[in-house]
Amino acid sequence: MFLTVIGALNQGFLQTLKLFAVTLVGAVPLGLIIAFGSMNRFPPLRWLSRTLVWVIRGTPLMLQLIIIFFIPGKILDASPWPGGETGRFMASAVAFIINYACYFSEIYRGGIQGVPPGQQEAGMVLGMTRGQIFFHITLLQMIKRIVPPMSNEIITLVKDTSIARIISLQEVIWAGYAFLKSSHGYSGLMWPLFFTAVYYLAFNGALTLFFGWIEKRLSYFN
Amino acid sequence: MPVLEVCHIEKHFGSTRVLEDISLSLEQGQALAIIGSSGSGKTTLLRCLNFLETPDQGKILVNGKLLFDAADPATQLEGEIRQKRLHFGMVFQSFNLFPQYTALENVTLAGKLLARNRPGFQGNRHKIYQALEAQGRELLSRMGLADRENHYPHQLSGGQQQRVAIARALALKPDILCFDEPTSALDPELTSEVLKVIRSLAEQHTTMIIVTHEMAFARDVADQVAFMDQGVMVEQGEARQVIEHPVQERTRQFLSRYKDS
Repeated sequence: MFLTVIGALNQGFLQTLKLFAVTLVGAVPLGLIIAFGSMNRFPPLRWLSRTLVWVIRGTPLMLQLIIIFFIPGKILDASPWPGGETGRFMASAVAFIINYACYFSEIYRGGIQGVPPGQQEAGMVLGMTRGQIFFHITLLQMIKRIVPPMSNEIITLVKDTSIARIISLQEVIWAGYAFLKSSHGYSGLMWPLFFTAVYYLAFNGALTLFFGWIEKRLSYFN
Repeated sequence: MPVLEVCHIEKHFGSTRVLEDISLSLEQGQALAIIGSSGSGKTTLLRCLNFLETPDQGKILVNGKLLFDAADPATQLEGEIRQKRLHFGMVFQSFNLFPQYTALENVTLAGKLLARNRPGFQGNRHKIYQALEAQGRELLSRMGLADRENHYPHQLSGGQQQRVAIARALALKPDILCFDEPTSALDPELTSEVLKVIRSLAEQHTTMIIVTHEMAFARDVADQVAFMDQGVMVEQGEARQVIEHPVQERTRQFLSRYKDS
C-alpha cells in the first residue's frame, strides 16, 4: 500500500514541480519587463503596468485561475486550452506566470530603486550606456537586495501551486486527497493527504539552503 | 584658447532659479576652485558640465568646440552626450564607487567597456585589457594605493575610497577633472590625504574644477577662485586675490565666517 501511495504522490509532486519551474522561468523575466513598465518615463505605459499590478495583486490567484481557464471558452465558441491534463496545466501556467510576475515586478522595482542614484550617475559620467549601467552596475546590487524577498515569494509559490487543484490539476495535494475518496483501489485513506507535507517541507528546505548559499555568495560586498 | 568656456548658463528647478547667467573660462593646466555656501548652485554647475543636468540656457565649449547649446537640440542627442561626458571627469562627494568591484576593477571598468567599440577589439581583447589594468595599477599607485587594488570599497577607509574614485576619473583621461566637495564626507584626518592627492594633481598641471569648503586649500592650490551665491557668480579672479582681498561685499561676508572659525 505504502509504495502505491508514494508512487501516486510522486507523480503528483512531479506536476507540482513542473508548474513551479515553468512559473519561475516565465515570471522572473516577465516581472522585469513589468517593473521597467512601472518605472517608465512614458506615462501611459507606466499607468498600464501599474494598473495590471493592482488588478492582479488585488484579486485572488484562485479566481484568476478560474477566469483564465473557463472564460475564454465562454467568449469564443471553443476553449483555447487543449483537453485533459495538458490544457489544465497550460491554463495554470499562464495564470501563475502573470500573477507571480506582478509580485516579482514590485520586488524588482524596490530593488532597482534601492540602488543609490549616485551609482547610476557614476556610470553616466564614465560614458557608459544605459544598458551597460544596468548590467554592469545596477543588476548585481539589485539582486543582492532582492534575494530575501524573492526567496520568500518563491517559497510561497511552491505552496501556491496547490491552488491549481481548483481546476483539477493533478498535483500532489490532488493526488493525496484522491486516496480519501477513491484511488488505486483504496478509499478513505487519510494519511496520504497529510503525507504531502513531507514533500513540501523537503523541497522548501532545499530552497532555503539554496537561497542561503546565494546570500552568502553575495556577501563579499555591501 | 581656453580648454573650457561656459557661456551664460541658466538653470531652473521648477520655479526656483538655481543658476543665473553663469560664465567662466578655464585655461589648460589651471585649477579653478568654486566656493560658496550650500545651495549656492556650485554642485548644479558641475552637474551641468557633466551633463547630469541640462541647462535651460547657455553654451558649453571644450577646446573651442561647441558641446552644448540650450538653443540647439542637435547638441543634446543622447548618444552624443555620452561621448561628450568623456571630456569631463567627476569625483563625487559620496565617492559612488561600485561596491561589487575591487579598487582596480572600479578604475578599469569604464575603459574596458569603452574599448569594446574600438576597431580591432575582438582580436586584441586580452592585450587591451592588460594595458588598461597596467594603467589602472599605475594610477592606484600614484594615489598611494598600490597595495589596495584587490580590496572592495567597503574594506577601504573614506579617504582611500575617494582616492580610488579620483583614479577612476583619471583613467579616462578627461580634459577637465571636476571635484564636487571631495572631502565633505570625510573627517579631518582623511581630508588631508585626499587634499594631498589633489594638490599633487595641481602640481602636475591637471585641468581641474574643485567645489570646496576648504578655503586655505583653495587659496594655496587653485589658480583661480570663483565665489557663488544664490546661483550667481559674484566674484572670480586670481586665487590669493579673491580669498585675501575680495572686492565684493558678499564675498567678504562669506569669507569672514571662515576666518572666525
